[in-house]
Amino acid sequence: MLKKWLFVLITISFTTSAFAAKDKNSIQVKGSDTMVNLGQAWAEKYMEKNPTDFVAVTGGGSGTGLSSLISGTCDIATSSRNIKEKEISLAKQKGINPNEIKVALDGLAVVVNPNNPVGKLTLAQLADIFTGRVTNWKELGGKGEKIVVLSREVNSGTHVYFKEHVLRKNDPNSKEEFVSSALMLSSSQAIADEVAGNSAAVGYYGMGYISKKQKPLSLAKDEKSEYEMPTIENVVNGKYPISRPLFLYTNGVPTGLVKKFVDFTLSQEGQDIVLATDFVPIK
Amino acid sequence: MRRLKEFIIEKLILICGLASIFFVVLIFLFLLKEGLAVFKTVSPFKFLLGKSWYPISEPPQLGILPLILGSLLVTAGAAIISIPIGVGCAIYIAEIAPLRIKETLKAGIELLAAIPSVVLGFIGMITLVPLVKSIFHLPTGLTALSGSIMLAFMAMPTIVSIAEDALYSVPKTYKEGALALGATHWQTIWRVMLPAASSGILAAVMLGIGRVIGETMAVMMITGNAAVIPNSILAPVRTLTATIAAEMGEAVVGSEHYFALFAIGIVLFVISFAINVTADLFLHKRQ
Repeated sequence: MLKKWLFVLITISFTTSAFAAKDKNSIQVKGSDTMVNLGQAWAEKYMEKNPTDFVAVTGGGSGTGLSSLISGTCDIATSSRNIKEKEISLAKQKGINPNEIKVALDGLAVVVNPNNPVGKLTLAQLADIFTGRVTNWKELGGKGEKIVVLSREVNSGTHVYFKEHVLRKNDPNSKEEFVSSALMLSSSQAIADEVAGNSAAVGYYGMGYISKKQKPLSLAKDEKSEYEMPTIENVVNGKYPISRPLFLYTNGVPTGLVKKFVDFTLSQEGQDIVLATDFVPIK
Repeated sequence: MRRLKEFIIEKLILICGLASIFFVVLIFLFLLKEGLAVFKTVSPFKFLLGKSWYPISEPPQLGILPLILGSLLVTAGAAIISIPIGVGCAIYIAEIAPLRIKETLKAGIELLAAIPSVVLGFIGMITLVPLVKSIFHLPTGLTALSGSIMLAFMAMPTIVSIAEDALYSVPKTYKEGALALGATHWQTIWRVMLPAASSGILAAVMLGIGRVIGETMAVMMITGNAAVIPNSILAPVRTLTATIAAEMGEAVVGSEHYFALFAIGIVLFVISFAINVTADLFLHKRQ
């Protein structure tokens, strides 16, 4: 009996805290897994400066964030890709007016195991790997191992960006797809772990996830261009070929608390946090 | 006064009884309503037998054959592993084990049932996946086999406890008769007990399989989720359940992708329903 009451008590305390999160002094930020750490860092610093406000940051994928914004369950959606036409029209139907704010840049690193002798690739070679035209590292100057292609799940903005800009080479009419045998992993961390333990794996993620257990490849637009590593300088000066903008989406032009938070992310302090979390500031 | 009390309680229980059916019907109707909408854009034939699953392309390719085969392969693998071990364990517990070992084993199996699937998935990812990779010299350990092994652990408790019940409910006279006729213990078990309990054991197996095919978290973590028609149990697969779980968050409400995920839900529902009905038939045959 006691247990039961305890359970009820716990449930009540949880639901009340959930309700508390809905009040005026709080904002819900949801979306891109790539941007979760960044969002959290912003929220912490922001709440330190404004102790009365509350910012909750969750991930789930860019698509998840945007559909929450459309259904009105979050105030700010973080996204590592542009909003789609379909999503805009759906939002309009529900009386939501998505407003795009560019807050940072991210270099997409293509990583392999440190034991893999391959160190540099062109974008065309990369597309060949991820569409399955090249299946053995031997063809790229590596060991005679079958390439294990790792990708993020389809709810990932990184997945969409990589498909549109690397596989399809920015051509909207292209029909290129990830090879169907590509392993779909549910987080950037899962890709990092698999690459660290698998000498034949190749994967991609935001450069913030690079650690000593993975080797980032230096990439070139084509054979004539320079091969460049995914570093902050190379993203800023545009030499690194695959970098993408990161966005916040709000409902209409931000007002009140949402505006206060957005302004904070764009302030010098907010942009310093961008740099500290291994992304590239826009200012 | 007393009668009124009886009356109220009876009606309350009636409502509780009806509520569960009511909810099942509601859920099924909702599934149908959302899922059948996908057939406005894809024919059922193309949906079930299509070989490519690219739900977010324009236009989307919504063929779930690789997913169905993935689910079936993982389930079949889990069945092959868990049925002999589970039934063997049930025989040991019901017929052979001394009382103390019997109690310990039963407690252990209940404990196995209590492990959340996400924990099993996590353990599998850390321990089993690298092992499978190195034993079979595979490019990756995220394979159907890894999923099957982990799911076998989840099916085992169901199989053991129901099969053991079935063995217990074989009339004592059967066993006594067999032993009196000079059969050995093993002959009695193999020729008399098992055939007598066969329908109950089959039901146990079916319910175990039912649990496996609906399992999501563990398979999503360790089968690699590649939507490709599997050519061996050592290849990565993507299951129906993992597809719904991984993609539901992204699917724009009202899009073809969204409807397709619900249609996958219908397919899963039909499969589990068929399995449960079969199990039920076996159980009733026994009685």
